[in-house]
Amino acid sequence: MNDVAETEHTVPAADSRETVLSVQDLSTEFRGKKGSVRAVDGMSFDLKKGEILSIVGESGSGKSVTSLSIMGLLPYPTGHIAEGRILFEGRDLATLSDREMRKLRGAGLSMIFQEPLTSLNPVLSIGRQMTEGIIQHLGLSREEAKKRAIEMMRRVSIPAPEARLKDYPHQYSGGMLQRIMIAISMSCDPRILIADEPTTALDVTIQAQILELMRNLRDRTGASIVLITHDMGVVAEMADRVIVMYCGRKVEEGRVDRIFARPKHPYTLGLLRSLPVLGHAGPVGSAELAEIPGVVPSLDALPPGCRFSDRCRFATDRCRAENPPFEEAEPGHFTACWHSEKLEPLA
Amino acid sequence: MQQRVKSAIDIAAAAGSGAPARVGFGRRMVAVLGAATANRGAKVGLVLVGILIVVAVFAPWIAPYGSDQMGAGMGLMPPSADYWFGTDEFGRDVFSRVVYGARLTIQVGVIAVGISLTVGTLMGLIAGYAGGWVERILMRLVDVVFSFTETLIALAAVAVLGPSLTNAMIAVGIAAIPFYARVAYSVTLVERNKAYFDAAYVAGAGHLRLIFIHLLPNILPPLIVVATLGVSSAVLAAAGLSFLGLGAQPPSPEWGAMLSAGRDYFTQASWIMIYPGLAIMVTVLAFNLLGDGIREALDPRQKAK
Repeated sequence: MNDVAETEHTVPAADSRETVLSVQDLSTEFRGKKGSVRAVDGMSFDLKKGEILSIVGESGSGKSVTSLSIMGLLPYPTGHIAEGRILFEGRDLATLSDREMRKLRGAGLSMIFQEPLTSLNPVLSIGRQMTEGIIQHLGLSREEAKKRAIEMMRRVSIPAPEARLKDYPHQYSGGMLQRIMIAISMSCDPRILIADEPTTALDVTIQAQILELMRNLRDRTGASIVLITHDMGVVAEMADRVIVMYCGRKVEEGRVDRIFARPKHPYTLGLLRSLPVLGHAGPVGSAELAEIPGVVPSLDALPPGCRFSDRCRFATDRCRAENPPFEEAEPGHFTACWHSEKLEPLA
Repeated sequence: MQQRVKSAIDIAAAAGSGAPARVGFGRRMVAVLGAATANRGAKVGLVLVGILIVVAVFAPWIAPYGSDQMGAGMGLMPPSADYWFGTDEFGRDVFSRVVYGARLTIQVGVIAVGISLTVGTLMGLIAGYAGGWVERILMRLVDVVFSFTETLIALAAVAVLGPSLTNAMIAVGIAAIPFYARVAYSVTLVERNKAYFDAAYVAGAGHLRLIFIHLLPNILPPLIVVATLGVSSAVLAAAGLSFLGLGAQPPSPEWGAMLSAGRDYFTQASWIMIYPGLAIMVTVLAFNLLGDGIREALDPRQKAK
């Protein structure tokens, strides 16, 4: 308990930095045969300069759709932003022209994907794909762009970058390709890097390298990172701040140490308890590996009231009838739960 | 080619290595035979296409007489040592005419397929890339053209443009556009849903770069197969139009036109029709074999073996 009280004083420190990305009340809908479904419902967050913000949740929680909405990658014509604004350095992305957006993509905002093996064009050489964006965004000549690409490849520890520039994606391993993706996405000094499950397709040793690399690049360039993942281990290692999503809504938000020590939402608690810990007899705070009963409800059949109510062991009649507001439970720590005070802190 | 030949040899070696027949010896033999014959077919096709090109390029040196040199021999002479394929009613050497006809056939193949490949690929690519109303308009247009038989469209085009071999080529090319557009469209849909496309998009690539640098090279392999097979149907269609008198006009040594001209003498001098007919058949067969071979070589399931 004492640890927690001490860390509270450090919370406002992060807030004094300038906000680079502000998502305000974002709702994203998909049109289907039976009408629209809301994959993201009233999502808001601010991203500070140099911050690593992690968005966590199960499949279908809306974390990826949030990132796709920001990047303008929603599948046309089914997906669209129904409400809300996305401000990048104070400018509303919806008001920008195609041309301005194209300038922003890659240079202001960049993104890396889950599957490094398919994220690069199989028929173009690595050098070509690396220099393309550099030439376009930084206005360098082909030769200068090549130098920059080699420099970026060196930074992500690709051996013999001059020679490997001529190689094609199939000549690289998955881990190397993800490093190339990071090199490409960082090559134009973006202000924000959105990483959508960047390590999910990689094995564990490579995962650690990739995360380390991303953190180093953040430290070096001051870029902010939105890290989308379902892996609480990755969150613990990387994030400054965490947003937990469930069924398209934020259920909890706060600093990473606080979330891990004192989760205020039963869903977060469930995610943490289902995390196995090496060297322990069982996972954090329990003797055996816990699970969250049930499955994520379909977006067109959401329970009334709290969306987690049918899977929650704390649920009462009030939870099933009324949706809890997203409120500050402790300074800098927000949650949407009627019973947040009932949750015990984890060891 | 080399790789496929090698893989067939590997399979053959594996089958013949006396391994216990647990996995079904019969089935393995079928696979081996299949791979081997497929290869042989492609090889035969390649050789025949090669011969056709050599004959077309070196026609003046190969042909003993000019293509419309009348009185090279007597009229309607049967095949002999001097006139390999006989002579026609004007005493022209049928062999020489068939040799020169190879040039026209190559032209037909290249130009007609060139038209349909270029236009069809562009239409399919743009429709698949743009989506929305662009897609609807382009692909419905393709559907409309598709709903008429190819010959009918070619006939209509020739009726408008007037009968000549050039117009026949254009007509055949236009008529085949829907095939290429459909293939290009469906492959584009697959490719644009791959992560590299999104990655290029979020890196700030513009429309032209996305279409021509990222998508186009990736949709080409299946189109190459369609184009190779398309040469044979183009040759056949153009010969058909010429036979109907809507393509090449006399005295052009176009094979279809030769068939048409030889019709009246078929009972007395069948060779006037038989040899150009054989030439058409062999050409079509050659391109079909080659196209099938390429298709199999590009098939990922085949590669996995």
